[in-house]
Amino acid sequence: MHERSDLMNFLFGKLSLEAIPYHEPILVWTFVVAAVIGLGVFGWVTRAGKWTYLWNDWFCSIDHKKIGVMYIILGLVMLLRGFADAIMMRAQQAVAFGDSMGYLPPHHYDQIFTAHGVIMIFFVAMPFVTGLMNYVVPLQIGARDVAFPVLNNFSFWMTTAGAVLVMISLFIGEFAKTGWLAYPPLSGIAYSPDVGVDYYIWALQIAGVGTLLSGVNLLATIVKMRAPGMTLMKMPVFTWTALCTNVLIVAAFPVLTAVLVLLSLDRYVDTNFFTNDFGGNPMMYVNLIWIWGHPEVYILILPVFGVFSEIVSTYSGKRLFGYASMVYATVVITILSYLVWLHHFFTMGSGASVNSFFGITTMIISIPTGAKIFNWLFTMYRGRIRFEVPMLWTVGFMITFVVGGMTGVLLAVPPADFVLHNSLFLIAHFHNVIIGGVVFGVFAGITYWFPKVTGFKLDPFWGKMSFWFWFVGFWFAFTPLYVLGLMGVTRRMSHFDDPSLQIWFQIAAFGAVLIAIGIASFLIQLVVSIKNRDKLRDTSGDPWNGRTLEWSTSSPPPDYNFAFTPVVHEQDAWFDMKKRGYKRPESGFIAIHMPKGTPAGIILAGISLVSGFAFIWHIWWLAGLSFFALVAGAIYHTFNYNRDFYIPAEQVVKTEDERTRALAQQV
Amino acid sequence: MASSASHHHAPPTVNADGTPAFLVMGEHHVEPSTMLGFWLYLMSDCLVFAVLFAMYGVVGANYAAGPGPKELFDLPLVAVNTSMLLFSSITYGFAMLEMAKGRKGAVLGWLAITGLFGAAFIGLELYEFHHLIHEGAGPQRSAFLSAFFTLVGTHGLHVTFGIIWLITLMVQVTQRGLTPENQRRLNCLSLFWHFLDVVWIGVFTFVYLMGALR
Repeated sequence: MHERSDLMNFLFGKLSLEAIPYHEPILVWTFVVAAVIGLGVFGWVTRAGKWTYLWNDWFCSIDHKKIGVMYIILGLVMLLRGFADAIMMRAQQAVAFGDSMGYLPPHHYDQIFTAHGVIMIFFVAMPFVTGLMNYVVPLQIGARDVAFPVLNNFSFWMTTAGAVLVMISLFIGEFAKTGWLAYPPLSGIAYSPDVGVDYYIWALQIAGVGTLLSGVNLLATIVKMRAPGMTLMKMPVFTWTALCTNVLIVAAFPVLTAVLVLLSLDRYVDTNFFTNDFGGNPMMYVNLIWIWGHPEVYILILPVFGVFSEIVSTYSGKRLFGYASMVYATVVITILSYLVWLHHFFTMGSGASVNSFFGITTMIISIPTGAKIFNWLFTMYRGRIRFEVPMLWTVGFMITFVVGGMTGVLLAVPPADFVLHNSLFLIAHFHNVIIGGVVFGVFAGITYWFPKVTGFKLDPFWGKMSFWFWFVGFWFAFTPLYVLGLMGVTRRMSHFDDPSLQIWFQIAAFGAVLIAIGIASFLIQLVVSIKNRDKLRDTSGDPWNGRTLEWSTSSPPPDYNFAFTPVVHEQDAWFDMKKRGYKRPESGFIAIHMPKGTPAGIILAGISLVSGFAFIWHIWWLAGLSFFALVAGAIYHTFNYNRDFYIPAEQVVKTEDERTRALAQQV
Repeated sequence: MASSASHHHAPPTVNADGTPAFLVMGEHHVEPSTMLGFWLYLMSDCLVFAVLFAMYGVVGANYAAGPGPKELFDLPLVAVNTSMLLFSSITYGFAMLEMAKGRKGAVLGWLAITGLFGAAFIGLELYEFHHLIHEGAGPQRSAFLSAFFTLVGTHGLHVTFGIIWLITLMVQVTQRGLTPENQRRLNCLSLFWHFLDVVWIGVFTFVYLMGALR
C-alpha cells in the first residue's frame, strides 16, 4: 500500500479505493445486479412522475398505516438479501468437502454468516413485526394514530438507515466476520482491525434508536389511546402481545445500546472493557448482549403469537379459547424472558448451581407456551374452520414450532448443552422456532391483513404454493442440521474433511432451494394479486368475518381510521357490534383533528446515516459535522409548533359517502 | 384545553332509545401521552446506566497494577461537585413552582441559575478528568478506569445535553411564553434533570464513597 498525503487521510479517513471489492467477482456481479434493479426502480418512479407523491405521501407521512406498510416493504427487501446469504452458505457447505474448498474463501464466508444473522433478526424479523404492530394496533384499539406520530416516522427511517449501512458494507469495505453477536475479544480492535465490526456497531446503534423509540411509542399508544370501554382485559390478543413486546423492547434495547457503546469505546479509544489484558472481561459482553438477546427472541415471537390468536379465532368462527390464560401466558413469558439469558452460554463455566437455575427457568417457559398451543387447538376444536391461507400457515406453525420448542427444552439441559453448544443442532433449533414461528406468523399476518391494507385479497393459489414450499423446504433444510448437530458438527464452518457428512448438507441445500421457490411464490402472489385486484376486491372492509375493530372500518381505512371513535363493550368488539345490530352512521360527520406530515424524520435519519458512515471510516471532520447537524436539526425541529390540523368535515363526508355507496353496491 | 372536561367522563354506553352505543358521536379527545412516553424513555435510559453500573461493579476492582480509587479520588472536590448538581435540582424545582404561578420572568431566571449550576458541575468534572488523565490514570489504563470514565462521563454527557435542552427551552419560553406545549416541555426536562440527580447520587455513593472505603 502506498502512503497517502495527510490531506487525503484527513478528508477520507481510512476510506480508499481499495475498500471497493472490485477484485471479488461475486460482489461485482451483486453490485451490477443491485445497480440495475436500483436504476430500474429509479427510472420507473421518475417516468411515472411519482417522486413528489412518494416524498409527500409516504416518506414524510406520519400515518401509522403507511409507516407500517413501509416497515413490511423494508422487511421484504432485506429478506431477499438475507436469504441470498443463506443460500450461498448452503451451496458452499454442500460442495466444500475434502479437496474442494468451495467457491467462498473463509473471509467472505465469515462475513456472509454474520450478515445473514444480523439482517434476518434486525432488518427482516424486526421490521416485519414492527410493521404489523404499527399497522394493526391503532386500528384494533380504535385510535386515529399512534401517540407520537412524528417519532414513528423517525423510528422507521432510523431502522432503514441501519439497513442501508449494512447494504453499503457489501460494496464499500466489508462486514463483520465475527458472527451475529460480535463476541469480543474477536470483535475487539486487536483481532478485527478492519471496518467490518464498525459497520456492525453503527448499523445496530442507528437501527436500535429507531426500535427503542418505536417501543416507547407503541407502549404509550396502547396504554393511553384505547377506545372508551376497552379495558385491558377486553383488548384484542394481538394488542396484548404487542403491549408485552414493546415492554420488552423498552426494557431490553437500552442494554444492547450500552454494550455496543462499550465495545465501540474498546475499538475507538482503547478502553479495556472486553480486552484480554488490563483487567478486561470478555464474558461480561456475552452476558450483557444476551440480557438483550434473549428478550429479543420474545420480542419477535410474542407478536406472532398474537397474529396466530387472531387468525385461529377468526377462521374457526369462535372467540378465542382461554382469552385470560392467553394473556397471562403472554405476561409470564415476558417476565421469564429476562431470567434465562445464561442458557446461551452454559459452557462459560459458571458452575452447577447457576447453570441449573437458568436451565430450570428455561424449561419453565415451555409451560405458558404450551398453554398457548392448547388454547389455539381448543379454539379450533368444534369450530367452523375455514382453511384459508393464513390458517395453513397457522397449522404449519403449530406443528413446526412444537418441535422447535422441544429441541429447545433439550438444549436447556446444561449437560446436554455442553455437547450441543455451538453445534448445528442449535442452528436447527433456532431456525425451527424463528422460521416456524416468526416467519410463518409474519406471512400469516400479511395474508390476513392484506385486504385491510389494500382493499383486495391475496391470490390464494400462490399463497398455498408459498406455504407448501416454505413448509416442506424448511424441514428439508433443517432436519439434516439436527442430525449433523447430534453427530457433533459445529456451526460457522466453510469447509469439511469428512465426506460421509456431505449428503446431509446436500439435502439441506435442496431444502434451501425449496424455500427459494416459496419466497418466489410469495413475490409472484403479490404480482398476480395486484394484476387481478378487481377480481379479488373486497368492498365490505370485513372479508373474513373478523372480530376486532380493524374490520369495522373501510379497506383501506381512511386517513383518520374511524369517522367516530368506537365504544367497546366486549372482547371481540366488532363481532359484538355486528351481533347486536350496529348500524353505521351515514351522516352527521364532523371535522377530525390529525397530526401533520413532516420531513424531519427522514432528514434526521439521513444525517445519522452519514454520521455512522463517517465514524466507521474515521472521517472525523464529517463525523463531527454530521453529529452537530443532527443535534442542530433536532433542536430546529422543536421550534415547529404547528404540528396538527383538522380534516374538514366536508372531506370526511365525501370519504364516508363513498364508503356508503360501496357498501350499498355490495349487496 | 377548553374541552379538557370531556375526557374525564366516559362516553355513554347506551343510546337515548336504549340501544347500545357503539360510537362516540362527537369529537373524542385523547389524553396526551407525552409525560408517559417521556417517563418510559427515562426508564430505558435508566437501564443504560444500570449496564454501566454493572460493568463498573464487575471490573471496578481490576486495576491492572495501576492506581485504584483511594489514590485517585478527591472526595472534597466531588462533594462540591455533588452539591452543584443537588442545588441545580432545587433551583429547577423553583422554576417549576414559578411556572405554576405563570410567572415567565421568574421561570427564566431560575432556569438560568439551574443551567449555571449544571455548567459548574460539568466544569468540575472536566477538571477532575483532566487531572486524572494528566496523572496517567486515563480510561485506557485499566478496566477499572475504563468503567469509571464511561459511567461518570455518560452522566456528564447527559447533563451537557440537559443544559443544551434547557437553553433551547429558555429561548422557546422567551419567544412564546408559558404555553401548554412549553409547560409540557419544561415538565419533561424537569423529569430528566431530577433523574440525572438520582443517577448521580448512585454514582457518588457507589463509585466515590465506596471507592474511598476500598
